Amino acid sequence: MKFRSLILGALGVAVGITGIALSKAAYAAEQFIPMLVYRTGPYAPSGIPVANGFRDYYTLVNKRDGGINGVTVTFEECETKYDTKIGVECYEKLKGKGPTGASLFNPYSTGITYQLIPKASVDKVPILSMGYGRTSAADGRVFEWVFNFPMTYWSQASAFVKYVSRQEGGYDKLKGKNIVHVYHNSAYGKEANPTLVALAKRYGYKLTLLAVDHPGQEQKATWLQIRRLKPDWVFMSGWGVMNSVAIKEAAAINFPMDHFVGNWWSGTDADVIPAGQGSVGYKSTTFHSAGSGFPVHADIIKHVYGGDAAKAKENNIGEVLYNRGMVNAMFGIEAIRTAMGKYGNKSMTGEQVRWGLENLNVENARLQALGMKDFTRGVKVSCADHETGGSLRIQQWDGTKWKFVSQWLSPMRDIVRPMIEKDAAMFAKENKITPRSC
Amino acid sequence: MFYRESGQFKTSYQKDQQVFPIAQDRIFIALLLVVAFAVVPFVADEYWLQAVIIPFLIFSLAAVGLNLLTGYAGQVSLGTGAFMAVGAYATYKITTAFPEINIVIVFLMSGMVAAGVGIVFGLPSLRIKGFYLAVATLAAQFFILWLFNKVGWFFNDSPSGTITAPPRTLFGIMISGPEATAEVRYFVSLTFLVVFTVIAKNIVRGRIGRSWMAIRDMDIAAEIIGIQPLKTKLMAFAISSFYCGLAGALSVFAWLGGAETEAFSIAISFQVLFMIIIGGLGSIMGSIMGAAFITLVPIFLTNMPAMFGIPMATDLSKHIEEIVFGGLIVFLLIVEPHGFARLWQIGKEKLRQWPFPY
Repeated sequence: MKFRSLILGALGVAVGITGIALSKAAYAAEQFIPMLVYRTGPYAPSGIPVANGFRDYYTLVNKRDGGINGVTVTFEECETKYDTKIGVECYEKLKGKGPTGASLFNPYSTGITYQLIPKASVDKVPILSMGYGRTSAADGRVFEWVFNFPMTYWSQASAFVKYVSRQEGGYDKLKGKNIVHVYHNSAYGKEANPTLVALAKRYGYKLTLLAVDHPGQEQKATWLQIRRLKPDWVFMSGWGVMNSVAIKEAAAINFPMDHFVGNWWSGTDADVIPAGQGSVGYKSTTFHSAGSGFPVHADIIKHVYGGDAAKAKENNIGEVLYNRGMVNAMFGIEAIRTAMGKYGNKSMTGEQVRWGLENLNVENARLQALGMKDFTRGVKVSCADHETGGSLRIQQWDGTKWKFVSQWLSPMRDIVRPMIEKDAAMFAKENKITPRSC
Repeated sequence: MFYRESGQFKTSYQKDQQVFPIAQDRIFIALLLVVAFAVVPFVADEYWLQAVIIPFLIFSLAAVGLNLLTGYAGQVSLGTGAFMAVGAYATYKITTAFPEINIVIVFLMSGMVAAGVGIVFGLPSLRIKGFYLAVATLAAQFFILWLFNKVGWFFNDSPSGTITAPPRTLFGIMISGPEATAEVRYFVSLTFLVVFTVIAKNIVRGRIGRSWMAIRDMDIAAEIIGIQPLKTKLMAFAISSFYCGLAGALSVFAWLGGAETEAFSIAISFQVLFMIIIGGLGSIMGSIMGAAFITLVPIFLTNMPAMFGIPMATDLSKHIEEIVFGGLIVFLLIVEPHGFARLWQIGKEKLRQWPFPY
């Protein structure tokens, strides 16, 4: 018995060692991209489509293009459960993998992003928090290693107010209007508050902030309050299971859905489908198209799923958050490609990828080549501005699909940018960072 | 054979009363400390230190703190997370307001703040006991986190409500903030754990610990023999909260580097409670073993499929981890309801008789 377990143990160790040896040997021209995902827990409804979008796009780049300029993309998932502590553990585990370490991190959690921001500059690994994370990271002079293009939470909130003013017929009509912000009670949900408060002062609308505690399954009290307040507009910063619960509750109190606008993390198929017909008319912001009708989707079905469209559908293809993951993966890949343009076609280090991100310029011609024409807008990052001049659109759920109901709305940069610079300066002072000159 | 105290004569009261009366225990602990201080930081890589060992040390400190209250004084508390939050936020507030104060002193001051808060929320313990007290401390958990979430003063009005550990030095070495190396943070956490474990061990051996145990075993009898319940219970709350506050401060400054209230949620309170239940109520050693089990086993289970080269989807391996971990807890509690501390004791008894058991 003892002897047997000894042999089994030795066998296990041997298998482990050969495994390590094999993976070491395979380090040829490879570019390692770590993936922090959450496929379990209350945030899985949002986390799964995002993770699948990333995975499929990386696989597509390998199968269709043979990697990035011939360098194979390798990636590994680490489950975070949207928990900051596990996220940090995953970061530590993955940051040194691959021949040149992690290329860049996409934490997909504002809480984890906050944790990683100070570490990134020390470990020399860039963070691409696309449309989430710390808003003031848009100030590239202070946050050298963090990128949050194409837009930040604060820009988004200002664009939402702009949209409301257009619907109401002008900024002067905002006075006295009742706006409620329902938000996830975490670093993420609170991000939009300062902007909404500042704009409330400027335009004279009445703002009520209603927090929903993690994980957001219990919102009866919140929506009773909304029923009493009878707000003209409700803006929501939700994530995971909180979104579908909120939409169901809103439908239950017969709140006019077309005056209920989610942010871009609160508007995917998994959020609206559970509420059935109740969710028809629900709106959300976004910065790319929904649906799977673009050439890049055809490529994914062909190269990744071998033509099996049903299997692709099972893996969320075309859902809003799937597309979000894909867009995010595309920006990451293009940044690595940009870096290769300068440093040569080999495995890029984190520092080189950071240069690529800062000099990233995705134009419409490039998007067309990638099969993403009119799918999203290009970006042009600069040293000082890590947010870029992005803009958003409002999409509406018609019961079966999302369709755009607005033109591109640009945020009120004149208000947002000074706030960003002020917050970044405070961070720099607290952490004794000397801002770069750009 | 090797573990036998025959021939070790105690010739003075001092020798008779020392923490480890058996020479082999002393050697073992000394070796453990040498390994912890001199071997681990040079052998373990950054991932191990940062993601595995430092959280283990910090949770050990919190578990020791809760064990003083629950295991020794018999007061069930579900407010551990909140007391840790008090320590963390107090450290942040004090060190950002007075950056010139040495960070170690700030840690101790925050521990005091947590102790004060602990006393306030310990007051109900004078009237209520058992499960009802647990519910009262639950109120602390929710109230304190709500306060830190709601009032901007506590997080210096940062837009997202997160606190970040600013860079601070001790003897010219960076010990908090992003520049601090994992080794330094490991040393800081380890030193705090060792120093305060020694203090805890001595508290529970002395007059205070005995009065706690008397209150735990039968409070009316304790009162009759002259132990004041008010003083004793509140002291248990204060000292326990001090430990938890210190652990909370370390978890932000030496481990995470930043946190929001979510990092100190009710889940943490339960986790620390499970640590002392699995480790063994009323045992300092048990607290540390329980902390090791709860923090290390899930990480080990997560990494196991990859270690053996078994390809497995991340969600599947996470689910398996949760099933196995839950199963292990149930198994342990059935096999040994008194936790690791009891297993340790049984092990020692067996060692004494080895190799000729009778």
